[in-house]
Amino acid sequence: MADEIILLDFWPSMFGMKVRIALAEKGLKYEYRDEDLFNKGPLLLEMNPIHKKIPVLIHNGKPICESQIIVQYIDEVWKDKSPLLPSDPYHRAQARFWADYIDKKLHLLGARLWRTKGEEQEANKKEYIECLKLLEGELGDKPYFGGENFGFVDVNLMPYFSWLYVFEIAANFSIEAECPKLITWAKRCMEKESVSTSLPDHQKLYDFFLQLKKWHGIE
Amino acid sequence: MAEEVKLFRTWSSPFALRIVWALKIKGVEYETIFEDLSNKSPSLLQYNPTHKKVPVLVHNGKPIAESYVILEYIDETWKETPLLPEDPYEKAMARFWAKFGDDKGCSLVFTSIFWGVFVKEGKEQEEAMVEAMENLQFLEEELRGKKFFGGERIGFVDLALGWLANLISILEDVAGLKIVGEDKFPLLSTWMKDFADSPIIKDNWPPRDKMIAKFQALRDAKLAAAASK
Repeated sequence: MADEIILLDFWPSMFGMKVRIALAEKGLKYEYRDEDLFNKGPLLLEMNPIHKKIPVLIHNGKPICESQIIVQYIDEVWKDKSPLLPSDPYHRAQARFWADYIDKKLHLLGARLWRTKGEEQEANKKEYIECLKLLEGELGDKPYFGGENFGFVDVNLMPYFSWLYVFEIAANFSIEAECPKLITWAKRCMEKESVSTSLPDHQKLYDFFLQLKKWHGIE
Repeated sequence: MAEEVKLFRTWSSPFALRIVWALKIKGVEYETIFEDLSNKSPSLLQYNPTHKKVPVLVHNGKPIAESYVILEYIDETWKETPLLPEDPYEKAMARFWAKFGDDKGCSLVFTSIFWGVFVKEGKEQEEAMVEAMENLQFLEEELRGKKFFGGERIGFVDLALGWLANLISILEDVAGLKIVGEDKFPLLSTWMKDFADSPIIKDNWPPRDKMIAKFQALRDAKLAAAASK
């Protein structure tokens, strides 16, 4: 029986991007549906009644919510191709730990970066860069966080790099000097088709960001 | 080679309890190191330099932090009495419900009860109560047709939400109101009793009088801070 896979998503969402990358890594065909978050469709409300959020993966009619949970589900169901999590329990724990760190820290700090100004923004920038440096330390000399192969942490971090372009402009900073290894890592990841086809064009993302600022009443 | 398992925790953390339960359910021998969070040990800082928090599990010298990461590690390393279901979809559902009750990130249940109802008063508390009730209703519905969230026996979600079975009555006593009423939440109330009385679980609750004192002090401090703003 052919698998029916639908992804309810919103193109600028970092969480949605993770799922797109995972699906592409596994070479899966799916139907992509962009949701209007101001006017959520009945399918989204039916499939994620508790949080009413994207992304939602619908596999043969059954919904899975929360991007981390979805990526692990994809990895477990289609386990024969491009495994994202390592097989050793300790390494799996480390991968989950760093994915959790990325979600917790970077997401919050990134949001703060563009919503603050002046001294507060400077402090947020500093903290953001420190987090990236910590991640850079974790990467070390490996080509990917997953080691020789692109893995779970790489899937989780790349979407933030997509938004980093926007944050650098919005908060007037560059991580090139501070985190050169991460820049190299990001370029390496973008060479993968699964990544480059899953992430939005920088300019389009920046235009969306300008809209987002307007909605939030921020200049 | 003998296994060496250490658990860094505090006496009261409901989230460290998840790890205690998991280790005991699996029959894993371990050593407990109680931490004073106002005076963290060098070992804790060495094993969890990123967050400097408990719980931390150290297995043969290798540290794992973050309670759900630890739980999954335990389940994958000691395979007897599995906590998570085998089926990937059921596993995803278990992870979803565990996250729903988590204290961090998507912290609906804990946040609305603790940071909403417990440490507030008056209108703020009433509003938080409405949200807490909505969240608890989702859990009530999830229990339909089941004894435990894990089915016939205790599983991952029961351990994740298990703090409810003990802490709720303490918060209710201290704040002087009913949060999980038997009339509104019959299934959840029954689950709380069944879980709290289960072997292993019932032998590992922190001392009630100490908990009441601690949470009374916490509520008083929060209310005082809010009043002085």
